[in-house]
Amino acid sequence: MEEKRPKPCGRYLEEALLFEEGGEGRRGFSHPKLDVEKIHPRDVWPSRWVRKDLEGFPELSEVEVIRHFTRLSQWNYGVDSGFYPLGSCTMKYNPKVNEDLARLPGFAGLHPYTPEAMAQGALQLMHELEEYLAEISGMDRVTLQPSAGAQGELTGMLMIRAYLADRGNPRSKVIIPDTAHGTNPASSAICGYQVIQVKSNERGILSPQAVAEKMDEEVAALMITNPNTLGLFEENIQAIAEVVHRQGGQVYCDGANLNALVGLAKVGAMGVDVLHFNLHKTFSTPHGGGGPGAGPVGVKAHLAEYLPVPIIVQEKGRYRLDYDRPKSIGKVRTFYGNFAILVRAYAYIRSMGPEGLRRASQIALLNANYLRAQLKPYYHLPYDRPCMHECVFSDKWQSRKGITALDVAKRLMDFGFHPPTIYFPLVVAGALMIEPTESESKETLDQFIAAMRQIAEEAEKDPDLLRQAPHSTKVSRLDEVLANRKPKLRWKPNP
Amino acid sequence: MRYIPNAEKDWAKMLPIAGFASLEDLSRLLPESLRLKAPLRLPPPLSEMELRHSLRSLSENGPAGNWISFLGAGAYDHFIPAAVDHILRRSEFYTAYTPYQAEISQGTLQAIFEFQTLICQLTGMDVANASVYDGGSAVAEAVLMALRIKGRKKVLFSRALHPEYRWVARTYTHPLDLRWEEVPYTEEGTTDLGAAGGRMDSDTSAFVIQQPNFFGCLEDLERAAELAHARGALLVVATAEPLSLALLRPPGTLGADIAVGEGQSFGNALNYGGPYVGFFASQEAFLRSMPGRLVGETQDLQGRRGYVLAVATREQHIRREKATSNICTNQALCALATLVYLSLMGKEGLRELAEINLSKAEYAKANIRGKAHLRFSAPTFNEFVLQVDGDPDRVLEALRKENIVGGLPLHRFYPEMKREILFCVTEKHSKADIDRCLEALANPRGG
Repeated sequence: MEEKRPKPCGRYLEEALLFEEGGEGRRGFSHPKLDVEKIHPRDVWPSRWVRKDLEGFPELSEVEVIRHFTRLSQWNYGVDSGFYPLGSCTMKYNPKVNEDLARLPGFAGLHPYTPEAMAQGALQLMHELEEYLAEISGMDRVTLQPSAGAQGELTGMLMIRAYLADRGNPRSKVIIPDTAHGTNPASSAICGYQVIQVKSNERGILSPQAVAEKMDEEVAALMITNPNTLGLFEENIQAIAEVVHRQGGQVYCDGANLNALVGLAKVGAMGVDVLHFNLHKTFSTPHGGGGPGAGPVGVKAHLAEYLPVPIIVQEKGRYRLDYDRPKSIGKVRTFYGNFAILVRAYAYIRSMGPEGLRRASQIALLNANYLRAQLKPYYHLPYDRPCMHECVFSDKWQSRKGITALDVAKRLMDFGFHPPTIYFPLVVAGALMIEPTESESKETLDQFIAAMRQIAEEAEKDPDLLRQAPHSTKVSRLDEVLANRKPKLRWKPNP
Repeated sequence: MRYIPNAEKDWAKMLPIAGFASLEDLSRLLPESLRLKAPLRLPPPLSEMELRHSLRSLSENGPAGNWISFLGAGAYDHFIPAAVDHILRRSEFYTAYTPYQAEISQGTLQAIFEFQTLICQLTGMDVANASVYDGGSAVAEAVLMALRIKGRKKVLFSRALHPEYRWVARTYTHPLDLRWEEVPYTEEGTTDLGAAGGRMDSDTSAFVIQQPNFFGCLEDLERAAELAHARGALLVVATAEPLSLALLRPPGTLGADIAVGEGQSFGNALNYGGPYVGFFASQEAFLRSMPGRLVGETQDLQGRRGYVLAVATREQHIRREKATSNICTNQALCALATLVYLSLMGKEGLRELAEINLSKAEYAKANIRGKAHLRFSAPTFNEFVLQVDGDPDRVLEALRKENIVGGLPLHRFYPEMKREILFCVTEKHSKADIDRCLEALANPRGG
């Protein structure tokens, strides 16, 4: 009997893998007729190098391909789907016109080795973007080369290392606060540095004393995030920078949270020597489901000669790429950067203007503090004071009923929201890190507050409802342990 | 302020609740001495119409209209079917972030799982990750991975490996104090494997070679693998033009331990150099040493198939300074472009496309006689090196007068190549385009 009833997930909810769909002989593209003599690889290559076939490759028509990926897209949640308060990721709105501008044929079709004389527009855009980022941050020079924040960190740390090596000793240690992103210690490790962790104080920030205790002449740099990942401004940053500089170290600032500061303060005035920008956070370029982003790096003048090559030089109204930089650290990627992402960020800055950028940061601060004040009665706020662009709650009160941050996150999906960042920063047990950005209206924030409030009530009255959540998604809670015990990382045909 | 919903009336309601008197009062969150007093010196805001106008004129400041270009060298001008961009513009894909919350990210996760599968099939390897930034950082990460596995301090690399890949790998590994030894190329245009054998020793972690190499020539991977394995080193194979893999026996079946490369060729526009997408694959045994994100299959509470980020205990957000890499994001959207493109091309279509590229390049090579010389004799795919009479920059300048961007002068990367130009021919070049270029080479106007 059971067998005859329709299965609960029909075609709409199920979409097989590409490799399980289609059939022999189906085509998704037609090539133009060959207008030269056809050459088979066996005619010109040793036959033992010629491949027999592309085993397992899909065979689908264009219709099937489009339906497949359209269906997949419907299982995703993006900023355009709704509120996406993923802390420290700055999931702000991605303006649509910028998508069109990045696809202008003169940009999209430009080969990276196009002679400079024929790429003046692209070079001008990059040069101006460098200047805008320098003005926004108060840094002296900017490179647009790094592909993402983590690669920006690597670039910055390599520059610091080269600078110190030139002064006799690259040094061996980097100080990193316990609130830092995981990329900070990982990037330092690639540069050969031992990571020294420094604890934030009872107010959630670093004290100059704590840094001074770890500081010595083997410390190359302090990596600091400001505002930090608790959403708090590192008020002592100038004094801390002085401690580091006094012993010849450099201050690296992770710019992940720059959206709190644009037009309100300049990182360059805080004693920072190197700063990376995340264009996919502060400057509205889309996150793409996990990249591509862009991670430009700004430096103070004393580090400029170590910037990766090429740098863009303007001379008499013409732009050129300068590779003749003997002190440069080299290159961290091919060509010049994620240019199509740079176009979007440039367009964003030009759309907003100085007042608009400042307003965006102000509203980001306002939205975060509004959420903080409204959620405080329902969730434990470990650092109970005004925040910057994000606020960090914990599951402490809900955990009495055995409810975790994960349960709260999963239940939020049933209300149509993307969950906040959870279990980060590591200094807060069961953290729920909420960053609303300036892109959200008061009504959206109020809906989110109501949902969070209801979830807090459910945690008391019906905790199982939360443990089983989400209830409205394409799949229910997925077994991560199973995925790791016997990793299945690709499709294979049935034997 | 078209991107900010809350207006003055909304702030008025929110400010007292948030504990502030006005928007300006929010500056209290910052120490007095750091508060910016003057507005940023940036151009005034533009409307959408003004912005379009301004960027369009910047974008038109380059080659347009009936220009043809024979540039390749790690960035390939292939035709991109309309369907690719229509999928990329689904904003559920492009406005999402890394799929940390699997239940509402099944689209991205399944797509990455499919991408991993296609890369495995293409390279003949067991496992592939969710992608890295580009071909250059893929080579750098492969070298770092080989060092983790082998713990030896020497890396051998071919001089016919893309110069920018070499540069990136050396920049990444500079702090590690490695010994980088270069293997020269032969008169045929391939890596001198005899020399490689002599330089391979028990201190060598990896031998890095490119297929097809930077000059477009095909390498004998089987022999390269034998040489590396005889000394206990790993063979890393980089591929800048993966379309070649539709016709070439894949590195995984020829002894490569790590196969990486640049996926731009598949559905990603040239974009003046980025964003592109690095692919990264290895043999199963090295899974735990791999960098980057991996997506794995699993089940939900009802036993339904689903996908999650897997084997994350290698990664920076968990392992911090002990992670296998500092990479956080991959290039998900570029990987999606690659995936959609390969799905459209399909099993037969991709091979045909590769044959078209090969045929056109062979046509060009066969008709060069009398106009320039083929520098190397080794078999090629869709790129080859020409030797011209006289200064290549002047030859290229003369071609530009005919609206032709005629390839990459190699002296830029190889000082010994004073008269060489790297040419690339793809399906986008008609026979007439190729003829026009060859004609211009033979009879330079004002050159």
